[in-house]
Amino acid sequence: MSTIPAELSYTTSHEWVSVEDDVYTIGLTDFAQDALGDLVFVNLPQEGDEVVAGEAFADVESVKAVSDVFSPVTGVVVEVNEDLLDAPESINEDPYDAWFVRVGDVSEVGELLDADAYEAHCEQEA
Amino acid sequence: MENKRTCLYDKHVALGALMSPFAGYDMPIQYSNITDEHMAVRTACGVFDVSHMGEVSVKGADAERYVQHIFTNDVRGAADGQVFYGMMCYENGGTVDDLLVYRMGENDFFLVINAANIDKDWAWMLDQAKGFDIDLKNLSEHYGQLAVQGPEAEKVVEEVLGLECKELTFYTVKTIGDVIVSRTGYTGEFGYELYCAPGDAVALWRALREAGGEFGLVPCGLGARDTLRLEASMPLYGHEMDEDTTPLVAGLQLGVRMEKSEFIGREAILAAGEPTQVRVGLKATGRGIMREHMDVYAGDQLVGHTTSGTFAPHLKCAIAMARVDLAAAAVGTPLEVDVRGRRVAAEVVPMPFYKHA
Repeated sequence: MSTIPAELSYTTSHEWVSVEDDVYTIGLTDFAQDALGDLVFVNLPQEGDEVVAGEAFADVESVKAVSDVFSPVTGVVVEVNEDLLDAPESINEDPYDAWFVRVGDVSEVGELLDADAYEAHCEQEA
Repeated sequence: MENKRTCLYDKHVALGALMSPFAGYDMPIQYSNITDEHMAVRTACGVFDVSHMGEVSVKGADAERYVQHIFTNDVRGAADGQVFYGMMCYENGGTVDDLLVYRMGENDFFLVINAANIDKDWAWMLDQAKGFDIDLKNLSEHYGQLAVQGPEAEKVVEEVLGLECKELTFYTVKTIGDVIVSRTGYTGEFGYELYCAPGDAVALWRALREAGGEFGLVPCGLGARDTLRLEASMPLYGHEMDEDTTPLVAGLQLGVRMEKSEFIGREAILAAGEPTQVRVGLKATGRGIMREHMDVYAGDQLVGHTTSGTFAPHLKCAIAMARVDLAAAAVGTPLEVDVRGRRVAAEVVPMPFYKHA
C-alpha cells in the first residue's frame, strides 16, 4: 500500500501538489515511483519556463522506460529542485520530499483530488 | 491471437513476475526489478527462462555442406561439441537471423535461432534445403531453454548436473543425460545455456534455484537480459541487424568468414565492399538516456542513428549502440544524440562497454 499524505492534493496522473502563498510545489506520488521502478534520470524545466495544466513539464526515466510528468497548473516555474538531477533515486526513496518544481503566477489549476479520492483512484488502477 | 506460454509460465506468475508479450510468447520481463537482476548476474548469478528461443536440427549425409551453405561462419573441420556464432544471409547480403550453430557430431548440427524469427527462418531454411541429403527438423516446440549466467554459475551447474565444468570451455557444448549444456550466453558474463525437454524444464528450474540459493542466484527476466547484452555490446536482431543490413554493416565481422568459398549472401557482401556505416558504442557525456531509433549528429550533420540504448545498471551511465558514418566512428569522436528533441552529448567509446574479469 502506498503512502498518501492527507495534507496534499493529487492528480489522476499521479503528481502531488502542495500550495503555500500561491506557490504550487509539484512532485510524483509514492504510487507513481513504485510503478515506475528505480529512476535513473530526471529531465527538469528551467526557472522562468511556462508550464501548462495537463501538459508534460518534466520526464523521468527508469532503466527501461521514459515517462512524462504532467503539470497540474498553468504558471511559471519559480524554483527547480536541481538536487534531483544528481540523485533521481531520491524520488524513489522519499517521493514527498523529492519535489520537482515550484510554480508561481498560476492562472489555471486543473482538477485536483484530495487524499481519499486519490486513494480510491489508485485502487482502481492497481 | 493468443500468446504462447513457455513450460515455466506458471512459475513466473507464481513469482509475481511482470509478464509481457515478446515474440509471440508471454514472457517474464522482471521479477523484482531490472537493476537488481542485472547486478545479480554481474556479481553472483541469475537464471533466465529463454524457452521461447527456436531450435533446429540438421542431420544427414549433407548436414555439414548445408550448414556451410546457409551460415556465414565456418564449421568445416570443427571438433564435436564446438559452438559457432554467425548469421544466415539472403542472396542480397541482408540478414535473415543471427544464430548459434552447435556441432553435436559428424553431420549432426543443432541451430539456435531467435524466437521472433522462427517461422521466417524455418521457411527460409526449408527453401535452401533442396538438393541436400539432410533431415531438417524444427524442434522449437520440443526444447525448453534455461540460461544460468554469472560468476557463480559454474558452481550451480556443477551441483545440479554433476558436470565437471572445467572441461567445458567457452563456446563448447556437451550433453549430460537429457540436457544439452552449452558454455555460451547473452549477458557478457560467464555462464551456461541449458536445453531440455519442455516437460523437464520445471524440475530443472527448481533444482537450479535450490542449488543456487546459497550462491545468490535469482530469477531474471527479459528486461535484465536486454540491459546485460547491451552492456556487453552484443547485437540483437531487429536492432543492430535486420533484413536490410549485412553483417559487416552491423559490425559482426567476427561471425563472417569471407575466406569461405561459398555461403548465401557472400557475393553480395563482397560486391558491396567496405561498408560506409559501421556499428559503434556511444556513452553519454551529457545528461540524458539514449534509446533506440534516435538520430546521431556530428555538429549539424546527421551521421547515423542509435540501434539500442539504455541506462547501464552496472556501469551506471547511459550507453547506446549506433550505426554511424565511418568518418564519425573513431573512438573518442564527440557526437550528439537527439533525445526527444534535446541534444545530448555523447562520445564514441570502445566495445564491449563491459567485459567480465
